[in-house]
Amino acid sequence: MTDMPDTTLTSDPSHDAPGEPADDAAGYYTPGDPIRDTKAPEGPISERWQTRKFEARLVNPSNRRKLDVIIVGTGLAGGAAAATLGEAGYNVKSFCYQDSPRRAHSIAAQGGINAAKNYKEDGDSVHRLFYDTVKGGDYRSRESNVYRLAEVSTNIIDQCVAQGVPFAREYGGLLDNRSFGGVQVSRTFYARGQTGQQLLIGAYQAMERQVAAGTVEQFTRHEMLELIVVDGKARGIIARDLVTGEIETHLADVVVLASGGYGNVFFLSTNAMGSNVTASWRAHRKGAYMANPCYTQIHPTCIPVTGTHQSKLTLMSESLRNDGRIWVPKKQSDCEKDPRDIPEEDRDYYLERIYPSFGNLVPRDIASRAAKNVCDEGRGVGPAVDGVRRGVYLDFSAAIERLGRDGIEEKYDNLFDMYARITGENPYEVPMRIYPAVHYVMGGLWVDYDLQSTIPGLFVTGEANFSDHGANRLGASALMQGLADGYFVLPHTIRDYLADGPFEKIDENHPAVVEARKSVEDRVAHFLNTQGTRSVDSYHRELGNIMWEYCGMERTEDGLKKAIDLIRTLKDDFWRNVKVLGTADTLNQSLEKAGRVADFLELGELMCIDALNRRESCGGHFRAESQTEDGEALRHDDQFAYVAAWEFAGDGEAPVLHKEDLAYTAIEMKQRSYK
Amino acid sequence: MKVTLKIWRQPDAQAQGAMRTYELDGVSTDMSFLEMLDVLNEDLIAKGEDPVAFDSDCREGICGMCGLMINGQAHGPEVTTTCQLHMRSFKDGDEIVIEPWRADAFPVVKDLVVDRGAFDRMIQAGGFISVNTGSAPEAHSVPVPRDDAIRAFNVATCIGCGACVAACPNGSASLFMGAKITHLGELPQGQPERDSRVVGMVSQHDAEGFGGCTNIGECTAACPKEIPLDVISQLNRDLQTALRHGH
Repeated sequence: MTDMPDTTLTSDPSHDAPGEPADDAAGYYTPGDPIRDTKAPEGPISERWQTRKFEARLVNPSNRRKLDVIIVGTGLAGGAAAATLGEAGYNVKSFCYQDSPRRAHSIAAQGGINAAKNYKEDGDSVHRLFYDTVKGGDYRSRESNVYRLAEVSTNIIDQCVAQGVPFAREYGGLLDNRSFGGVQVSRTFYARGQTGQQLLIGAYQAMERQVAAGTVEQFTRHEMLELIVVDGKARGIIARDLVTGEIETHLADVVVLASGGYGNVFFLSTNAMGSNVTASWRAHRKGAYMANPCYTQIHPTCIPVTGTHQSKLTLMSESLRNDGRIWVPKKQSDCEKDPRDIPEEDRDYYLERIYPSFGNLVPRDIASRAAKNVCDEGRGVGPAVDGVRRGVYLDFSAAIERLGRDGIEEKYDNLFDMYARITGENPYEVPMRIYPAVHYVMGGLWVDYDLQSTIPGLFVTGEANFSDHGANRLGASALMQGLADGYFVLPHTIRDYLADGPFEKIDENHPAVVEARKSVEDRVAHFLNTQGTRSVDSYHRELGNIMWEYCGMERTEDGLKKAIDLIRTLKDDFWRNVKVLGTADTLNQSLEKAGRVADFLELGELMCIDALNRRESCGGHFRAESQTEDGEALRHDDQFAYVAAWEFAGDGEAPVLHKEDLAYTAIEMKQRSYK
Repeated sequence: MKVTLKIWRQPDAQAQGAMRTYELDGVSTDMSFLEMLDVLNEDLIAKGEDPVAFDSDCREGICGMCGLMINGQAHGPEVTTTCQLHMRSFKDGDEIVIEPWRADAFPVVKDLVVDRGAFDRMIQAGGFISVNTGSAPEAHSVPVPRDDAIRAFNVATCIGCGACVAACPNGSASLFMGAKITHLGELPQGQPERDSRVVGMVSQHDAEGFGGCTNIGECTAACPKEIPLDVISQLNRDLQTALRHGH
């Protein structure tokens, strides 16, 4: 995609009067004290990370082996951190629910990884990557964090190349780059359509090397089910061995959550089947604030749902929009026809019509919402699911005419093959059908500049934290953030905390440990003893439908309030009526899912409250009440230029909202426009 | 459509397993193979029977977690992963036999789930380049010929699913190992540890109970990522060289 011009809107034609205080969520939350990031140094933005690295205290190498670090998750953020902290000499325990660390869902990222190397000499720089990321995030991220991300991006490429990551190269043997979503420079490094896989294998191999060296102990098929907090500090986790069912206590000096995003709250998403919020949510219930949970990225080019059996959605690279033209029939009566029989004049190339200058290359959120609108109008195509056709055509016939079939094959062959395998249709002959799907969450646990949560000793990295992408993430930036956090940020900031350690040893009989363990055992027993009538998946699917309908691409005050009611009812029913068969002492996949769905139900409610509170549209969050006359997203910087950090206040209690004001000193806030 | 499923059921690693037969109606051709099993499991839960345990995670053919023997073929009749196999590859009335990977080095955990920890241990034995975080030189300081980079990438696409082992009459993991040896061996960064890597990985391979390669080629035919058989030649060549160097 190409860049969008900055147009600062001078008038405010939204439905809301400017400056009018909005409190849609009144009654659903309790106002709390403001929160502040106390770790980000003052001074010029380009010097802050150097300052912090210098000020962060060191840990003597001989002391490191006395310090125990637990890392939950083995994706880019967790795998890289385990490898790096293991190399540094700490005792690392690494946990993942999969059968091997190499399965983590970072592996599925296709497009690439951004880095400000400026190898193309096209005007890229750390500052430009920083600028693009803040702007792409619609001015809802923290400047200091984003600058640091851009700064360490170049180290990531060096590290990965040295590990043997086979990036694409030019004939001269140097690294190739391509351009990607919403920027004008070529700064994306890639390994064909499997960049995430190659980067993850690099981190995994580095971690396995430390397993062999004895610094990292890996616990596969283990799921964290509770955080242990002693005297206000995170001191360990309760995990379940998914094979034997044993509930295990693991104690440590510090805990790192690198457990990924929670897109599966929507049931259908591009996340892996097992991706879940449980590690983060358990920490949230123990005092870690959850920030901006409603910020969800919905990707426009996914393969549509085919029926109620659907278990997940598959993304196809956004690059397809470079050559494909998106359309639906002008008339509802044409929606069932073979698209090849619909003449040109009866087709509505709606993106080209509404956004003449950007056309099919408008940003993800806009393309997604436009697809929803035409399907809501009854002009969607493909099979009807629950009475509605949810699909639009992505048509390559013009591109095939222009470039020839060979030209298209060279560019997109693997994607066309994947599409054909899943749908049984040949996209060289029949237009593809696409529809948006939940892809990534920008929200996550609140962390300070050190990536430490509001629980001392609990650090959060990668997609699990909220820090770097604001209200919308740019393409090829998730891999960058995961590896930046894992290789280059956390290892520096965590030492400042560990410099006070080793902390006093705690006993497995400490009341806080016993309590944590007992709560896990009680939950497991509850699920097995309920013997209700509905399967876990049926609850998950219903929750997903509620979230997608009311907290998906377009959100309204009424819809969100309705969703909150529906979720509360569903949650009550779940706890009384869920059916989990089998026993606790074997591999029991229904039992695993029950715990995850229980936490998704609570998260879903908080997401709706957060979306209700934010009566503005920004990035991936679109409130119908806050749009321009043309139907574009409209921010309200005077009221909402803050991070919403939510504190858990107890079951059935309204969550407490702490606001962290966002100050922009290096970049001026502007309204986006794509016309 | 309607299918008859014959599925290996085994309550845990120690228990004796057996094939069980299930009839499943209302299967759509748009379903993936694993979605078909999801539907079966929902039926079983409704009837109060223990659902069939099977592994899957990304369900887009890249994580390598899924893997079933389907009518005697690893990942079934198409060259893809089990999760990307769709029911349109089957006909109404078909009988489908579903088993876990069968290999000594992959013990069954439950039903269709096996333990592939041996693959991790083989990587631990040398499947890496030793470079600590932060110590890497500038990425452009070492150019890599484009063809070498492409060859390295092509074999680095191995997803570690274990189909090669399951398909091999000897239960050999030579294709998996050869892919890693070739990936790292094609790159200049992989040269310093080339000898120790192959010796370490081969020793671990044998210790895990995988069989030897006798050039049958079932592995590459079953591989969903089409890793070519010649990585095993590379493996043997590298091993010879390392042994000649006195490893």
